[in-house]
Amino acid sequence: MNISRRKFTKFGCKIIIGATVGTTIIESLVTNSIAQQNPPVEGYDWEKHFWGYVVDTRKCIGCGRCASACKMENEVPFDEEVYRTWIERYRVKKTINETREEEVVIDSPDGGIEGFEDDIPAEEIKKAFYVPKICNHCDNAPCVQVCPVGATYTTKDGVVLVDYEYCIGCRYCIQGCPYGARYFNAEKGTADKCTWCYHRITKGLLPACVQACPTGARKFGDLNDNTSEVKKIMDEERITLLKPDLGTKPKVFYIGLDREVK
Amino acid sequence: MLENLIWGYVYPNESEIQWSILIVLYPYITGLVAGAFIASSLYHVFGKNEIKPVARFALLTALSFLLVAMLPLLVHLGRPERGIEIMFTPHVTSAMSGFGYIFSFYLTIVVLEIWLSFREDIVNKALSSHGWKELLYSSLALFSFDISEKALHDDEKFARKLAIIGIPSAAFLHGYVGFIFGGIKANPWWSTPLMPIIFLMSAIVSGIALLILLYIAAMKIRKHVIDHKCLQSLAHYLWIFLILDVTLELLEIVSMKYASREDIDIINRLLSDKIGFTFYGVQLTLGIFIPFVLLLMVSLMKNRETLKLYMISISSIFVVIGVFAMRWNVVIGGQEISKSLSGTLTYVPVFFSQEGVLPAIIIFILPFIILLVVTSILPPWKDMGEEPS
Repeated sequence: MNISRRKFTKFGCKIIIGATVGTTIIESLVTNSIAQQNPPVEGYDWEKHFWGYVVDTRKCIGCGRCASACKMENEVPFDEEVYRTWIERYRVKKTINETREEEVVIDSPDGGIEGFEDDIPAEEIKKAFYVPKICNHCDNAPCVQVCPVGATYTTKDGVVLVDYEYCIGCRYCIQGCPYGARYFNAEKGTADKCTWCYHRITKGLLPACVQACPTGARKFGDLNDNTSEVKKIMDEERITLLKPDLGTKPKVFYIGLDREVK
Repeated sequence: MLENLIWGYVYPNESEIQWSILIVLYPYITGLVAGAFIASSLYHVFGKNEIKPVARFALLTALSFLLVAMLPLLVHLGRPERGIEIMFTPHVTSAMSGFGYIFSFYLTIVVLEIWLSFREDIVNKALSSHGWKELLYSSLALFSFDISEKALHDDEKFARKLAIIGIPSAAFLHGYVGFIFGGIKANPWWSTPLMPIIFLMSAIVSGIALLILLYIAAMKIRKHVIDHKCLQSLAHYLWIFLILDVTLELLEIVSMKYASREDIDIINRLLSDKIGFTFYGVQLTLGIFIPFVLLLMVSLMKNRETLKLYMISISSIFVVIGVFAMRWNVVIGGQEISKSLSGTLTYVPVFFSQEGVLPAIIIFILPFIILLVVTSILPPWKDMGEEPS
């Protein structure tokens, strides 16, 4: 074997460059996750639906049944600080001095599952309200964008899901979500989040939190269906989004949102 | 106890800090790699002959750190066994997905560069040794023993070309790490287009400082005279890059404060309550201003080599500590503010755990051990005025 060094180097470089370019092209053609290709539920046509969620904050009484129902339905550990949905309480205190600065006390003890305690005397409070929070299933989801392997994906019916068989557990998506809607599932070693109870909605049922809400503060429905309540609210009410300036295009639509809510 | 660590309101899912000390280590190590490589390019590409004594040593340093750069990430993953998927099925919209490729490309360049600049030594060793050593060096030489003048000249030409590709690659490798943070719009402390260039400048600064320290240590251990011209030249470049670095870091803070957007209250709280000491104290004062003044004095002083040596060493130690603090302030600081912009939380490092301080220490010691092994196989000492052993 008599190869000159020059030839060898040239050949080596070609191989390395060729292999790098080649694998990049081939691999980027390979779909990241098989789950993205097929609806996770047989017999359900995900091209026929496009789901949306409405929160009427004026109706929420902070009972916590939604958050509790969610944990039970989705087997989210009760003893860990992880939530697929939670309720925030905002209390704007009366201004005592003349600074005109308002003190806003926000809390969500245990995600609001056990309800809320009155730890500030009522006479000190100017206004108070509850805001249920949940994954926004953004149309332009930062979590989907930043996932390095494509384990987080948007289904054709507009739901953002995690492929637990594919997620590497880097937690970049948790950093990328502006709403704090994602958490790390220590048992699976992967990221986790609200699925809008995908296993239920694909069978024609409501998400557990919507089902459990006694006041109708949470509504869920098909935006493709002109007769659905959610679609009607969208068409008739004035609605706001959380952090709209980030361009994430959330699909949880809020009624009666205060300026303090972030 | 948790309540004491949290101020204001943080989203319920934020009670745990997700990216720990290991993720602080990751940009720190890649920064040292990029910096050391760029230091070696000062000789290889820009022909700064006064750097020659450390040029090859710098390459070996870059390689030693590069080999462990992937480790903190891998250890941190929830499913490390799936980590390779980032290479097989990269999701191209993710800033993180390119890391495997950029890392591999850069590793190839560094290895080739080292091979070319050590090839003559390798061939000589292969020809002069016997037994397993002969086999080792022959295989390192890829069984090509041509060290004629023409061949060496070709080597040099090719090495220079590689180094020219290497500079943008090193810059890209580390600027890219900055973008992983800078591209996160959800986090006001990270989301700035300046992040990649700030990362790059601090990387160069830390790499040069590390090289200075390793060079001094190597010379002390080998009981050899330090080439003061080389050392002062390195110190000079360190000084220049410190200026660029501090300009960018201050520009970021000043523009954040001046623009005073919605998030300024929480940023101010972060800077005063959470990372005040590590930011103003360690990153800026200890890591930049003190070395800046010391190095300025070094460049103004005449003679007094021993004093200068001390001042350069102290500056370099402060710089490597300061840059670590900078990585800490970015990675940990960014997670200590809630994305609700209404509260802060506190990172409490754990010692014994998968993501604890202990694995971080082990990972950080590894490159020094690798460097010891690599320099014993490919000694760069004759560049430093020592006779070949």
